[in-house]
Amino acid sequence: MSKGMEEMPRWEGKLTKIDDYRWQIEKDYKPGMRVPGLIYADEHMLKVIQEEQAPEQVANVAFLPGIVGKSLAMPDIHWGYGFPIGGVAATEVDEGVVSPGGVGFDINCGVRLLRTNLTEGQVKPKLERLLSQLFVNIPSGLGSEGRIRLREKEIDKVLIEGAAWAVRHGYGEEEDIELTEERGCVRGADPGLVSEKAKKRGVPQLGTLGSGNHFLEVQVVDEIRDPIVAEAFGIEEVGQVLLLIHTGSRGFGYQVCDDYLKTMGAAVRNYNISLPDRQLACAPVKSPEGKAYLAAMACAANYAWANRQCISHWARECFANVFSKSAKDLGLRLIYDVAHNIAKIEEHKVNGRRLRLCVHRKGATRAFPAGHPDVPARYHDVGQPVLIPGDMGRCSYVAVGTEKAMEETFGSTCHGAGRVQSRSEAKRRLRGVDIAKQLEGKGIMVMAASRSSLAEEASEAYKDVTEVVHITDGAGISHTVAKARPIGVIKG
Amino acid sequence: MNHFEIIDHTADIGIIAHGKDEKEVFATAAYAMFSLIAELDGVSDAICRQIEVSADDKEALLVAWLNELLYLFDVEHVIFNGFEVINLEEHRLRANAYGERFDPLRHQLKTQVKAATYHMLKVEKGNGFRAQIIFDV
Repeated sequence: MSKGMEEMPRWEGKLTKIDDYRWQIEKDYKPGMRVPGLIYADEHMLKVIQEEQAPEQVANVAFLPGIVGKSLAMPDIHWGYGFPIGGVAATEVDEGVVSPGGVGFDINCGVRLLRTNLTEGQVKPKLERLLSQLFVNIPSGLGSEGRIRLREKEIDKVLIEGAAWAVRHGYGEEEDIELTEERGCVRGADPGLVSEKAKKRGVPQLGTLGSGNHFLEVQVVDEIRDPIVAEAFGIEEVGQVLLLIHTGSRGFGYQVCDDYLKTMGAAVRNYNISLPDRQLACAPVKSPEGKAYLAAMACAANYAWANRQCISHWARECFANVFSKSAKDLGLRLIYDVAHNIAKIEEHKVNGRRLRLCVHRKGATRAFPAGHPDVPARYHDVGQPVLIPGDMGRCSYVAVGTEKAMEETFGSTCHGAGRVQSRSEAKRRLRGVDIAKQLEGKGIMVMAASRSSLAEEASEAYKDVTEVVHITDGAGISHTVAKARPIGVIKG
Repeated sequence: MNHFEIIDHTADIGIIAHGKDEKEVFATAAYAMFSLIAELDGVSDAICRQIEVSADDKEALLVAWLNELLYLFDVEHVIFNGFEVINLEEHRLRANAYGERFDPLRHQLKTQVKAATYHMLKVEKGNGFRAQIIFDV
């Protein structure tokens, strides 16, 4: 058995500089591109991006039939299978395609942020107890199974209702639904279009964090950049404690994606679609295959929202136990919940025309501005909260959607830090380093189901999220509101 | 047997599996995948699962085979470390997979593999046979 490494070549294609934050891949870069590509980056970030083939993937996505505007890449873009991670592509509902690869396996992987009335000073002395409680009460790690025992057929209700199913069963409050993207439920979910295999994976895993890059983080507000918007979100002061949850649809979503990649493989031949990469397999949005995928994807998206809803309920219970006050008295209110792997049917203005589009966001966050009908009433005057988690050793950001995002990116912005180092490279470089201890030195307490996953997700493996939001701010596609740093992390 | 290389990119991990024939390549690819998932030394072959998958072509068959194993790992928590490909045709594969139920006290898990993907997927004949596959991790 040998373990040789194959290096990925640098991307040597041509980019046209539009301004300090925008770089275009022209439509004639390669035959078959229907629109240009556009990468949001500054000079420094661009160098990092060109280290690998992610820009080639931006160009490949431009092949999708019916794509409008540009094939977009957020500054946290990195190489992924098929679509780049950090990619946004919008296709016309009437003429275009939907691609499961443009969503990914972890359908509705997303982030949810809760605020508290607690301060760092109040939490620090009880942090170890709090983390232990969270670690025990929220199943995490590979193969972990949830505390919810779904009766047969009950899963269909989860798939149709999403977060509302969880709230109806006592996991959370009505208000949580208002403060979740899409109210925690993509309409049109049809459990009849989901395989038995997906359901078999989904039943035991509902209410689990999972592993890999999924985590739960106790954070402290470090900086408030826009006090008015921050206050509207419930972020009032530096030192305030927040709770962030990052997970998705678990094995259920992976199975739905796999099932439909098979369907799309055949569809590509049936509809004579020519693509540079098999993983981009797609079908017309209005075809039977396209409609079936969207109905099954909705099931997975709803499963993920129910999952995050259950997890936040248990997290509230843990806080209530440790601080001997009800979650309500602790002010544990949901700030927002966003999906960052999803395809949505939305209306956008393209070249002066209002079009119904299928917006694929793979590692990108919706960022709707003030006044948009899909922004919760509570945030109507300020815009939709955008949650941008960094890696566990640095910080995270809360931002808000902008008009500029509506004009340029179909209302989308970045989703996180983006990897710069492969997992095994991170492990190799950090061999012998006690990551938990290193983080402790920075004032961050970590509990992980696996030591190995800790090294894979170390700060060194990620771009600095501060540089990422500097670019989204500079380009105007979202506006930074506040910065938070972790003090406690639960890793799967 | 079990001659493979790991392709290591930023977001995802891939493998190149080698073999004297396609059957061996498919078996090695499965072994390589589970070697990413868990430490395989000390995993017994107490459990045997008979697996049958079909697909549109040889490449898709490799993805179907690996994802079937991931499905069994996810649902039954069996770590597989022995693979016997009994029959391999253009559209169909029959195999036995051997392994043991995951025991957190004795087994060490490494990386979560979400799925085998079609990206840069190859099954080819050169100097012997080889297959390349990228995983979503």
